[in-house]
Amino acid sequence: MTFLSYLISGISLGSVYAIIALGYTMVYGIAKMLNFAHGDVIMIGAYMSFCGTSYMGWSPLMSVVLAIVVCTVLGVTIERLAYKPLRMAPSLAVLITAIGVSYFLQNAALLIWTSNPKSFTSVVGGGAVKLFDGQLSISHVTLVTVLACVVIMVALTLFTTKTKMGTAMRAVSEDKGAAQLMGINVNTTISVTFAIGSGLAAIAGVLLCSAYPTLMPTTGSMPGIKAFTAAVFGGIGSIPGAMLGGILLGVIEIFSKAYISTQLSDAIVFAMLIVVLLVKPDGLLGKHRNEKV
Amino acid sequence: MKKLKNLSPSTRDNVICYGLAAVFFIVVQAMIAGGLINNSLKGQLVPICAYIIMAVSLNLTVGVLGELSLGHAGFMSVGAFAGIVVTSSLADVIPSAPLRLAIAMLVAAVCAAVAGVIVGVPVLRLKGDYLAIVTLAFGEIIKNIVNVLYIGRDASGLHFSLLEQGFELGEGGKMIINGPMGVSGIQKISTFTSGIVLVVITLFLVLNLINSRAGRAIMAVRDNKIAAESIGISTTRYKLLAFVVSAALAGMAGTLYAMNYSTVVASKFDFNTSILVLVFVVLGGLGNIWGSMIGAAVLTVLPELLRPVRDYRMLLYAILLIAMMLFNNSGIKQRMLDKRGMKQMEKLEKSEKGGA
Repeated sequence: MTFLSYLISGISLGSVYAIIALGYTMVYGIAKMLNFAHGDVIMIGAYMSFCGTSYMGWSPLMSVVLAIVVCTVLGVTIERLAYKPLRMAPSLAVLITAIGVSYFLQNAALLIWTSNPKSFTSVVGGGAVKLFDGQLSISHVTLVTVLACVVIMVALTLFTTKTKMGTAMRAVSEDKGAAQLMGINVNTTISVTFAIGSGLAAIAGVLLCSAYPTLMPTTGSMPGIKAFTAAVFGGIGSIPGAMLGGILLGVIEIFSKAYISTQLSDAIVFAMLIVVLLVKPDGLLGKHRNEKV
Repeated sequence: MKKLKNLSPSTRDNVICYGLAAVFFIVVQAMIAGGLINNSLKGQLVPICAYIIMAVSLNLTVGVLGELSLGHAGFMSVGAFAGIVVTSSLADVIPSAPLRLAIAMLVAAVCAAVAGVIVGVPVLRLKGDYLAIVTLAFGEIIKNIVNVLYIGRDASGLHFSLLEQGFELGEGGKMIINGPMGVSGIQKISTFTSGIVLVVITLFLVLNLINSRAGRAIMAVRDNKIAAESIGISTTRYKLLAFVVSAALAGMAGTLYAMNYSTVVASKFDFNTSILVLVFVVLGGLGNIWGSMIGAAVLTVLPELLRPVRDYRMLLYAILLIAMMLFNNSGIKQRMLDKRGMKQMEKLEKSEKGGA
């Protein structure tokens, strides 16, 4: 039974990673850039929700909406100001700019909310579902997290395959120049991608802090890196891959914490990533591209 | 200045690199003699040297070999802790601090090189962003392992363990590395002079490597792997060579850095440190060795200089970083250069007309 409860908490943590990884993967797929500031958008989302409930006394739902709106606007603004002028620049320059944005967000949060950890009140509320005569209890946060992750993945898959905007996104990620010649507005498409990714980051931030309620300006960085790892694990650019990678990573992390060593759990997670990439260099569900001379 | 322009590009780079190191040394010595340097800046001198070495060595991987590495601090960590073990073991045997530091650095370089081979063999099979994420993963793994490493020394020799209380120390025994608590009570034997000496050694190694047959092979692999392979260059060998040399130098920088503080913990050498060094390299210019030196020195001192604005300094640092990247890459610089070029052309035309 303990095994099952570890598995469930693994899936729950993995679902948060998966939601963040979805944002990473979409942005990478379309802009071909590693958006290191993504983790800090998560943190801003969590702080926004915290402000909504604690300072303004809003209902949890309203505060989540506030978080999503602020993060979406933030994501689009960052893209416009910092990344758009670098569309033609080498990828390393964009990477360093993303790191600069990440520093900026962290230090802005440090100035506004100080480094004292805030205790985040769960947006879902306490309580748990008891199964097997109370031997196994699944908290409501866990249920909502997993549910949110599944809903988001299905919605995103439908969006990218069925809608006009989604098709445009796939076209831009395939070949920017050709997409433009077909009359697709590349800039709008990239902005929409950033908007969706950042909105997802806000949801992930709220869910993450509902499960682990300490909120600090550095809260987002480690989950950000892990989710990035998850996206690569599943094959970066692939939506089901991000989901699979995220959940696997969460489960591996919780299991290694429970059965091997708390301090070495991160090392084990990263070692798994290395093993997977050595066997399948494009990730679990990534598409392999042949090298052309 | 004119003489400098007439030199071949590689000689000119060499002159600028060694010149910068010499100027830096002389200026700092003069400032210390004149009492112009405050204590907080004085404490930054050895870290500046260490970061210069880190930046130059990372430039070998990122700029010359062309592979993005996000785990360079891992090698610094290996070198730092190896160096600490060596210096504290040899404290009674070798009384001369500089000699002890030199031996520690050599051992650190060997340890970091071994780590470089272990990381490099699997990593260099990958490409692009996948390679970058795996170096990040290795950096985190090294940090995590060092974080649970316990090393102690007693009469019977050194004891290693990954568990707390993993070994019993004999009488008179002493813990050297104490897991997550790190190391405390380090003898601060790094000096600014030793830092500059190491910088010059690093420059000597890196510049000579770049301008050698092996260096040209490495750059050929960077520019076009398939073409390089087709003319008989062993890509794996040269990639590994650059990667391992870079790791070994980072190890030496680690020892230099650690010996400047009385306490060192494993979490100091994390992803953020790797990124910090990468920022030095990119701002200094990829493949440009003296650019890395200036980048490292300026960006290490910048937060100190921004101290008057206290709370806002890291925010300003971030804004400056973004602004510099935008200025360098978004075409603003190109437009300004074009304008200046046009003005010069006009001037030239005018003077030609005047002469005729």
